[in-house]
Amino acid sequence: MENRILFKPGHTACAGCGQAIAAHTVIEAAGSNTIVVNNTGCLEVFTTRYPETAWDVPWIHSLFENAAAVASGVEAALIYLGKKESTNVIAQGGDGGTADIGLQALSGMLERGHDILYVCYDNEAYMNTGVQRSGLTPFKTNTTTSPIGSKSSGNIRPKKPMPEIVLAHGIPYVATCSAGFIQDLQRKVKKALSIKGPKYIQVHVPCPLGWRHETKLTLEVAKLAVETGLYPLIEFENGSLISRRQITPKPVEEYLKVQGRFKHLINNPQDLKKIQEIADNNIRKYGLKAENPPKAD
Amino acid sequence: MKEFLEGSRGVAEAVKLCAPGVISAYPITPQTHIVEELAQMVADGSLNAQFVNVESEHSAASVVLGAVAAGVRSYTATSSQGLLYMAEVIFNIAGMRLPLVLTCANRAISAPINIWNDQQDSVSLRDAGWIQLYAENNQEAVDFHFMGYRLSEDKSVMLPVMVCMDGFILTHGMETVDIPEQEKVNKFLPAYKPLYKLDTQDPISMGLLADPDYYLEARFAIQETLKSVLSFIPKVSEEFRNTFGRDYKDCLVEEYFTKDADKVIVAMGSVCGTIKEVIDELRKKKKKVGLLRIISYRPFPYNRVYEALKNVPRVAVLDKAVSLGAYAPLAVEVKAAFLGKKKSPKVTSSFVAGLGGRDITAHSIKEIFRKLTQTEVNSEFIDLKPELLTEEYGE
Repeated sequence: MENRILFKPGHTACAGCGQAIAAHTVIEAAGSNTIVVNNTGCLEVFTTRYPETAWDVPWIHSLFENAAAVASGVEAALIYLGKKESTNVIAQGGDGGTADIGLQALSGMLERGHDILYVCYDNEAYMNTGVQRSGLTPFKTNTTTSPIGSKSSGNIRPKKPMPEIVLAHGIPYVATCSAGFIQDLQRKVKKALSIKGPKYIQVHVPCPLGWRHETKLTLEVAKLAVETGLYPLIEFENGSLISRRQITPKPVEEYLKVQGRFKHLINNPQDLKKIQEIADNNIRKYGLKAENPPKAD
Repeated sequence: MKEFLEGSRGVAEAVKLCAPGVISAYPITPQTHIVEELAQMVADGSLNAQFVNVESEHSAASVVLGAVAAGVRSYTATSSQGLLYMAEVIFNIAGMRLPLVLTCANRAISAPINIWNDQQDSVSLRDAGWIQLYAENNQEAVDFHFMGYRLSEDKSVMLPVMVCMDGFILTHGMETVDIPEQEKVNKFLPAYKPLYKLDTQDPISMGLLADPDYYLEARFAIQETLKSVLSFIPKVSEEFRNTFGRDYKDCLVEEYFTKDADKVIVAMGSVCGTIKEVIDELRKKKKKVGLLRIISYRPFPYNRVYEALKNVPRVAVLDKAVSLGAYAPLAVEVKAAFLGKKKSPKVTSSFVAGLGGRDITAHSIKEIFRKLTQTEVNSEFIDLKPELLTEEYGE
């Protein structure tokens, strides 16, 4: 049974899709005794176009914003049937479906204490509908609804602090991950599923289409986000920071310059400075700077 | 056993007898008493169910969607804004062919905000693919829940059922209701055996993307199923009569003195009780008046309506909802029943009454019969207060 591939090839994701890599990793780490509830979004569309499905675990999609609530119902049904102890429930969605339209359902799921792992695949905009800005779009990003222009240099707000928002619910496990660090993602999924109660994992997943980077650079771009301090890999258990990936910080330009969505910033020292400040704050806040540089994965 | 109960309590007892494994709801007046009763039953251990207190109706409907998909009979109830807030999920549940029973304690829609009864909420969701049954009294409200699960979970149906009962008038009204024994309910309503479910031993994907090559057929299938439900409801009603002894005939419509009537009112829900009282009174005065009560609004029994009204000279359709800018919803269906047919009433007039809890009294009903003349009227509002219509804003 366990040799079964749970996330089959042949789906219709774009070349270089970071979300496909991460979703594959999540379900293979979770194993076959898992029910997956998916929000509407890229992952749903590219894996389950009737009459085909990429999923070899029970999988359900209902709407854009309700995966956390549908998963709550699945979990309640499993408790009623006496099958919860032997079954993982994973709810998952993109950044828009999680941090914007699905935030209420997610908050309800966390507050009620359901034994569910929620995974947010954060590609930092509404990619499925054509790269519109979401609450997790970074500061100054050029998207189709936060375009640059004579009066605009991109998205006016920094990312909504989702890890802190979910932490404030007092849930037992919160972690951030990256498609660039697959073993770290595997470990955190397994760790999360070993804990009873609501868990939240947010995975940074590059989108070549929306971020406008070369498709071969997906893993590189994901790593650069971590290595610059713009996407800290952090892990909280019962509210305490239990791990963080330490880095020898690279300047944010290295991450920004390979992506079309940030191209307008490269010759703008003022904006670059502001973005460097975001990275520096993360580095200070979570103690990301390595005393001894970490070994590569 | 016959008990003198509040409508909500009766429904809660009926739901308990149906033994749902998952219940989820969000508070909204006048639905609340139903789920409060159920929460107490779960708290007391007399009902073995997971009771999920959610943060919104959108999530209430989503929770029961997930629970049914996982193979467990489930229940929710709502009203008014709550039903509208669920609307996206309501369409989704039917589209995913998941069986469910929802009680709608009918209430008006904002604005202006108004917590009292009319039927605008459920009528507004008529196109969602749900079976909608309208109860006249609390016994029917109770019985339609047993029939609802029986219909919904049948392999030939696999669509959700909305039991519509007038808010306050029924939900908060005390009536003597026969709450049947568990054995009889079990005989009529076997344990839920899902046709498909989320199961790690037999993984399937549910809720897939259907592109233009597939979507049309999925929607067509629901339409065809609902057509067939028109002949299945009478069979379930017969099974119900055989088990419980109460006879709802075909359970699509109820005819009350329609055979020889000159004038017939068509209506749904609790107002039909008032209409029957008026008919009894007028019949004593040799007035040939009658009532055609619509029980199944979805699917709509066009042929039954045609047969019942084809020889009636004048028909008045009473709507407790309005389609703003168009003919009233029930009136449209009744008129459509005669399209392309040989016979039809000479006059089919349409009246709107009772919106936002305005009492529909015996006087209102008599007014409708009186206004049912040779001249057809459309969406004429009954019991308007002319003095309130003169106020103007600004200069």
